[in-house]
Amino acid sequence: MAEYEGVVCAFCGSLCDDITLKVEDNAIVSMTGGCAIGRKRFLSPPEANAPLVKGRETGLDQAIDAAVRILSSARYPLIYGLSSTTAEAQAAAVRLAETLGATIDSTSSVCHGPGTIARQMLGIPTCTLGEVRNRADVVLFWGCNPVEAHPRHFGRYSVQARGWKTPEGRQNRTLIAVDVRKTLTAKMADVFLQVEPNSDFEVLTALRALINGANLTGDTFGGVPRSQLEQAAQTLLGAKYGVILFGMGLTMSSGCQHNVYQALMLARDLNDHTAFAVIPMRGHGNVTGAETVMTWLTGYPFAVNFSRGYPRYSPGEFSAVDVLVRDEADAALVVASDPAATFPAAAADRFAQISTIVIDPQFSATAQMAQVYIPSASAGIAASGTAYRMDGVPLPLRKLVDSEYPDDRQILNRIEEGVRQCST
Amino acid sequence: MLHVVGGSVYDPANGVNGEVRDIYAAGGKICDGKRAPGADGDGSAGERAEVIDARGMVVMAGGVDLHSHIAGPKVNVGRTLSPGDHRMDPVPRFGSMRGGVGHVVPSTFVIGRRYAEMGYTTVMEAAAPPMEARHVHEELDDIPMLDTGMLLLMGNNHFVLSLIDEDDKERLADYVVFLLGSTGGYGIKAVNPGGGVNWRRRGNLGGLDDAIDGHDITPRHIIDALIDVNEGLRLPHPVHLHCNNLGQPTSAETTLQTMQLADGRPLHITHLQFNAYGPKKGAPFASGVQPLADYVNSHPNISVDVGQVVFGPAVTMTGDAPFQHSLLKLTKDRWTNKEIEMETQSGVVPLAYSKNTYVGATQWLVGMEIFLLTEDPWRIYLTTDSPNGGPFTAYPWVIKLLMDRAYREEIAKTLNKRALEASCLLELEREYTLEEIAIITRAGPAARLGLRHKGHLGVGADADIAVYEPCSDYEAMFARPRYVIKGGRVVVRDGRAVQECFGRRFLPDLPDRDHVTCWLAPEFARLYSVSFSNYPIDRERFEPCEVVPCR
Repeated sequence: MAEYEGVVCAFCGSLCDDITLKVEDNAIVSMTGGCAIGRKRFLSPPEANAPLVKGRETGLDQAIDAAVRILSSARYPLIYGLSSTTAEAQAAAVRLAETLGATIDSTSSVCHGPGTIARQMLGIPTCTLGEVRNRADVVLFWGCNPVEAHPRHFGRYSVQARGWKTPEGRQNRTLIAVDVRKTLTAKMADVFLQVEPNSDFEVLTALRALINGANLTGDTFGGVPRSQLEQAAQTLLGAKYGVILFGMGLTMSSGCQHNVYQALMLARDLNDHTAFAVIPMRGHGNVTGAETVMTWLTGYPFAVNFSRGYPRYSPGEFSAVDVLVRDEADAALVVASDPAATFPAAAADRFAQISTIVIDPQFSATAQMAQVYIPSASAGIAASGTAYRMDGVPLPLRKLVDSEYPDDRQILNRIEEGVRQCST
Repeated sequence: MLHVVGGSVYDPANGVNGEVRDIYAAGGKICDGKRAPGADGDGSAGERAEVIDARGMVVMAGGVDLHSHIAGPKVNVGRTLSPGDHRMDPVPRFGSMRGGVGHVVPSTFVIGRRYAEMGYTTVMEAAAPPMEARHVHEELDDIPMLDTGMLLLMGNNHFVLSLIDEDDKERLADYVVFLLGSTGGYGIKAVNPGGGVNWRRRGNLGGLDDAIDGHDITPRHIIDALIDVNEGLRLPHPVHLHCNNLGQPTSAETTLQTMQLADGRPLHITHLQFNAYGPKKGAPFASGVQPLADYVNSHPNISVDVGQVVFGPAVTMTGDAPFQHSLLKLTKDRWTNKEIEMETQSGVVPLAYSKNTYVGATQWLVGMEIFLLTEDPWRIYLTTDSPNGGPFTAYPWVIKLLMDRAYREEIAKTLNKRALEASCLLELEREYTLEEIAIITRAGPAARLGLRHKGHLGVGADADIAVYEPCSDYEAMFARPRYVIKGGRVVVRDGRAVQECFGRRFLPDLPDRDHVTCWLAPEFARLYSVSFSNYPIDRERFEPCEVVPCR
């Protein structure tokens, strides 16, 4: 039996790295620390499926050959996903996209992509999660519900966490939640601002106006009474070190990037008075890595097309949902994500109609629609590499058990090699 | 086996000044022609030497840049902020070579290609945050053509400051060795020491003797202690310092005091241009170069790189977060700020330098004055603090400005009139020689970094060679080398990269010191959001690396 301490749990954007695991007979048998999400993934990993080509079990080599044939003959291949694998595999996917002249996109385009667009327009004042733990005395959660989506975020980083300047944890912090419904996170908050659906931009604008001393007329803004907003503005201005953490309630409601733009402007305004940071509450374990890696390799964070031999960036044009709905892609390679379960039906249905290849440790919903399924070693369990936490801090994922299958990076490199051989 | 025949060799480290010499290389190293492999029948006998006809050409060692922002979190933020800029300069895949985007903050593969296409083969990343060093290494791994290293930010590190508070230089040295060793850093970098601490409440520091929140020390103590530790450890490179008070009209005064505080001990002042301003009535600032140049000229312990401003777009990125916030107040455009727990902070602000404005023109003039008033070329190095003063791809233009007085004055006369009138530039007749260019772009920075196999063409040096075709337009000459050889292989022909190669990571040969774990681990657990065991990077992550001996 082997015991591993300080294991990184790669199953949400918090990347808690204080897990202890015991491994016996090539299986994880016990876990200390972590949350329900981590326990399920570490202790009850899905059964491995054999490689499949057109529904028939086959060998790994045959499945990789089939993937090479599909991608080499495709006129408009799409590579998508990447958010639950290592940075090394993400880099291999970009390389394959370049070789193929493909479009490559990550799950960012359907979650925090608009926030990234806002960051491109404006930049972001931000910090690492340790700064939140050590300093933050006002914490504002906007359109996110970490109690359920990032179960240990409160305890490790943002609310109960006891830090350097916050030795009493929760008692040192004022907690504000903004959401369209009273989530479990909102129930924990000192102040809850309930906004009408799709009114976030209006509420943010009113808050900015109050902070900048503008003369506001009106009694409610986006469903929030003026008095509540005035109180919230005072709380924000009174912070020694404030943090805004936002989720898809902001990025995927009406206004999208404009909502985040306004939240970033709010933080910029507040930085004229006190210290304020903003952190996107990224969901998938290494979705931050997908943007990071794609940016250093191509200059752009997601929705990148290589058909001209160099990278071009155009969300809406080269983002996966749009490419599929417009019926442009004739082949798709889905890596470490399950878009069939999350995309709008008009896009998800396309996976069954075009030549789809899935590389995933799980036989996902998308895999069930695919022509080719290639099982892979699970990142952070059976494959090592780097993952980037939601605040950009890179952490090492370790290989704890052996898989009978290679990892995503190795599979992608083999496909890339095959494609190059096909073209020469 | 490689034979570079008949070029005029500029190898100032070995006293060769334009003489016609043949250069031989084998096994990635420069070797003696008489004893070249093949000549005396050793292992590579029978292997045909590749002959590079360099007759009529200028031969230098591969270029060495000791201060450039090429990899890591803040560089990637710069890329994120520049999608429109990338679109101006798409770089297609070329043969087996990866493409990407260029211009101000290029993608990683393009950075390596573009440096090589100017004859550069070694670049030091200028500012790496220890906690995100893994990210820096991952990007450096994706930069081809170059040998690289990274300088590690320490000037606002909680443990560094606390140990200086306690005047515990032994533990400070232990901790510095731990930081460098566990994150793969090459040397000590300090940026606005102490200023980042006050920035946590959105404050800053005015000078060397201002109070730092929560500490009993001032920037003076931090700089003094870091120099002491650096010299005690005899690290290959001196402390690499971005001074306090950058960009202010009192910055030259602060920089002078900083040089004085080194008191004879080695110190490298980086991007001096941004820190060499004096006060001027009715203007934001004026040149404060003369007293600084005088001091450098009379004090051989000090070296500087210039941080020359070039006109056009730039992306400023620095650990000097308070200064970056003041830039935002000017540009009112994009701004990223990041605080990294217990260690450091950064700011990224895109901007453009204009020769029509007083400030832009003055900055350009200040850079030129530093180049021309600093007498010893071995202690001044060509940088633009890329991409802060403009992208590194402008180096050939800067070389032309230095070598061609008539051209320099032609440019100067197009500048903002008030700025030009306030400058002594038109009185400065100096023109850099090829030998001096070889020093400020290769031999000097290599020596100052302690890289004994770089920056020269003596036997045993790395076979990094640049062959330029002489041209009266020095910009054209240095922008398009006829050949660039990296580790004995031709990687550039006629100014175009022809094959990709990957370099090594430089690590200092750290002395054995007491382990810090016993006192650091409990404090680390209390203060950091990652486990102590996940902080050090596995040594194999740095491979292939080259361990550089201490002085």
